[in-house]
Amino acid sequence: MPDKTVEKKVEVLPGDTASTAAVVVTDAGPAPDKARSLWSDAWHDLRRNPLFLISAVLIVFLLVMAIWPGLFTNASPRDADLAKHYLGKPNWGHVFAADWLGYDVQGRSIYARVVYGARASITVGVGVTIAVTIIGTVIGMIAGYFGGWTDTLLSRLTDIFLGIPFLLGALVVLNSFDDRTVWVVIMALAFLGWTQIARVARGAVITIKQSDYVVAAKALGASTSRILFRHILPNALAPIIVVATIALGGYIAAEATLSFLGVGLGDSAVSWGGDVARGREQLRIAPHTLIIPSVMVSITVLSFLMFGDAVRNALDPKLR
Amino acid sequence: MGRYVARRLLQMIPVFIGSTLIIFCMMYALPGDPVRAMMGDQAYDPTVVAGIKKELGLDQPLLQQYANYMMGLFQGDFGTQIASQRPIADIILDAFPVTLRLTLFAFTFVALVGIGLGVVAGLRPDTVRDRGLLTLTLFLVSMPSFVLGFLLQYLFAFKWQVTTPTVTDSTNFSQLMLPAIVLASLSLAYVARLTRTSIAENLRSDYMRTAVAKGLPRRRVIGVHLMRNSLIPVVTFLGIEIGNLMTGAIVTEGIFNVRGVGLEIYEALIRREGATVVGIASLMVLIYLAASLIVDLLYAVLDPRIRYA
Amino acid sequence: MTIIDETAESPAPDGSEGTGRPLLEVRDLHVEFHTRDGVAKAVNGVNYSVEAGETLAVLGESGSGKSVTAQAIMGILDMPPGRIPKGEILFRGQDMLRMSNEERRKIRGSKIAMIFQDALSSLNPVLSVGYQLGEMFRVHQGMSKKDAKAKAIELMERVKIPAAKDRVGDYPHQFSGGMRQRIMIAMALALEPDLIIADEPTTALDVTVQAQVMDLLAELQREYNMGLILITHDLGVVADVADKIAVMYAGRIIERAPVHELYKRPAHPYTKGLLDSIPRLDQKGQDLYAIKGLPPNLTRIPSGCAFNPRCPQAQDICRTEIPPLHPVTERDGGELAGRGSACHFWKETIHG
Repeated sequence: MPDKTVEKKVEVLPGDTASTAAVVVTDAGPAPDKARSLWSDAWHDLRRNPLFLISAVLIVFLLVMAIWPGLFTNASPRDADLAKHYLGKPNWGHVFAADWLGYDVQGRSIYARVVYGARASITVGVGVTIAVTIIGTVIGMIAGYFGGWTDTLLSRLTDIFLGIPFLLGALVVLNSFDDRTVWVVIMALAFLGWTQIARVARGAVITIKQSDYVVAAKALGASTSRILFRHILPNALAPIIVVATIALGGYIAAEATLSFLGVGLGDSAVSWGGDVARGREQLRIAPHTLIIPSVMVSITVLSFLMFGDAVRNALDPKLR
Repeated sequence: MGRYVARRLLQMIPVFIGSTLIIFCMMYALPGDPVRAMMGDQAYDPTVVAGIKKELGLDQPLLQQYANYMMGLFQGDFGTQIASQRPIADIILDAFPVTLRLTLFAFTFVALVGIGLGVVAGLRPDTVRDRGLLTLTLFLVSMPSFVLGFLLQYLFAFKWQVTTPTVTDSTNFSQLMLPAIVLASLSLAYVARLTRTSIAENLRSDYMRTAVAKGLPRRRVIGVHLMRNSLIPVVTFLGIEIGNLMTGAIVTEGIFNVRGVGLEIYEALIRREGATVVGIASLMVLIYLAASLIVDLLYAVLDPRIRYA
Repeated sequence: MTIIDETAESPAPDGSEGTGRPLLEVRDLHVEFHTRDGVAKAVNGVNYSVEAGETLAVLGESGSGKSVTAQAIMGILDMPPGRIPKGEILFRGQDMLRMSNEERRKIRGSKIAMIFQDALSSLNPVLSVGYQLGEMFRVHQGMSKKDAKAKAIELMERVKIPAAKDRVGDYPHQFSGGMRQRIMIAMALALEPDLIIADEPTTALDVTVQAQVMDLLAELQREYNMGLILITHDLGVVADVADKIAVMYAGRIIERAPVHELYKRPAHPYTKGLLDSIPRLDQKGQDLYAIKGLPPNLTRIPSGCAFNPRCPQAQDICRTEIPPLHPVTERDGGELAGRGSACHFWKETIHG
């Protein structure tokens, strides 16, 4: 369940926070002669990880598709020819042609729709991830660093938002908007989704705050902003990045689910989730109208999840 | 212990109010008009609309509305559904057992299969079977439930015709099987991964080495020393999952036409019926909060290092 | 550095077991680990033996292979990545490396027991200490839960834990560091094993507690006439309790000697360096000696003598030829029992 893909990870966090926070502490590996940093060690690992390479290639491919869909097809995703193409079957031999993947109930090229649908999915996924990372990091850092009543207040606020089931909340918010553009969807998901990063950031900051180098920086009279941005943020980044990359796939799945439920992007938008919902009526007679956009959603989510997984394994020595 | 529970219960109150208030505000403060949605495309008379609004208390300030609503809720009065004119409490009472059955069915899957797979993989980390399982769970996680739902529906109901495409009788477990699997899939994948990581991590711990050095048989080393430690995070995760499975039911129930709270809340939402949505949502928040409290208590019972603070 | 301990003078191996063989004998043991940086050769041909009632101290820096050897004896090496390509570990004359898993398991805990360095992480955090102690009796002797608990309390009293009866249900984190290490010792002693391997048993403890724990261990060892392998990097701990010492470096024993001989007249530059780096009151005001350089990377052990890059006396031969463990003799050729040095220039070192 994509909605839960997002929310679920919030729950994995108690365990995950601990292990990802450990990244911060166990910095340089046990390299005997050349000292490796966390990041170069991670990069060393990533380059040799086939899962990472495959997912990276897929993601680049999807990004290109989202930015320049015209490179992949000449057909328009909106041209409908009911008379000629109503539920046309795929012609597997016609690779990259308009009729390659068949036609939908309105006689539109499914291939073109799949290509043009990438933009919506990826924009939402990336947009929400950036937004929640910023909101979550700021709130988490403030709560973790200042502690006391600030922490209590912000933690309680986090609890409140965690108490709202993610999918349900998104349904309620989006249902109220008649014109659901990409930005509305991003804002709605970010509004409900920042808690996870906030928790991780808070946990990491609390761990780092107690470390000797921060104590030393404080003793030397460094200013709060210097400590926060020069000492704490760079070291809290690893666990935040890990959670954010993995969450990205979840947000893409969430967008597709919401579109499928009819409260995602508006009907005029080309989106995979919406196509799946429309294909539902023909599941029995023309399963390809539903299966092909479904497969695209899954491949995209899978790419980002594999990517996030590889990054997590590389950045978290404990899991090795 | 008693004091801890009391304190936690007290802490839950503001969280409950906060969460439901946000849902309430999102439902009523954002654009969109339930009365208008109810009347659909028919031409309507503004005075009639205003009358209905007044009758439903929709003309009062938002916080006042919320307070009224909550007061009603605590007296067991969930309000009346506009479309069907039935008490919302009755609708919930009808639909809730259905969702509960589905959820528990799915939960059993998650716990048994998820932990089983995780243990099998975690005991031999970095082997073929471990990597195979990790890949399988990645696939499960990356398939949104509507995708998996339609895939299974197409294969099992239409192609091979071994089951019905929709659930006509929610007490029939063979009919509930498919929706339960779909609902369980994501949680199952997470539980398998979490169990696997936890087992693999504890396998390398010092106390495991001690247990072997004590000359304990492998059965005991794994069954007592490893499991007891590794399953603590899994059990707590499972507790929280009950709440998540219930929200997940919104999609699953829609695909298989199961008349549970998920379908009710979705339909109410499309009709913009605040009372039904907020009523069911409040119930879900409550279940979620209760589950997290139980999990915290369970945690302290399972792990002696955690004390009720 | 004048420590005289009568008990340490125990000479001849006691053949009370009838075989005339030592209690434990390690012969030409090799252990390697396959890591992503290559094959790490952790142990490269170690030989040592322990008699009943005798204490062998194995001295070395971290990475010298002292703990790995102990883990190989216990049979608790992680394999893979670990591998034992060569060697024998004879317990009462029987090679444990050829035993079945079940045979080895029965020896573990009941005949050979181990005490670990960090008692907090080595004890199971979610099981009560009473349960963990009683488990020894339940598993190896089939005792009932109730009897095992009584035995656990007895053991805790044996290692001088106050109010043992009340504390038997407590969890490891509820004890102080010293008390936890006592529990580890109690667990090792539970079945009165013939041999105890103590891997840095006091390193994690406060200095005052260290002495108490060491005394307790020595006392119990005498009482049960157990063999003890004491693994440590702390020369101070060794002097008080050990009978003989084996110094390890890069997976080899580079010097062995009865304890006081070693302190008096080291026969290897590394041992000499170690002794010189102990702060001494009579040399106040002078610079403290330190062995320069770092221990070698086990995936790339230097050719010849592994210590040559750090050795002040290194010659060309040290870079090409691995020195065997020469028997060490007096200047006039008189035998020095139990002494050996793996240095081409042992004569110069001990007599020069």
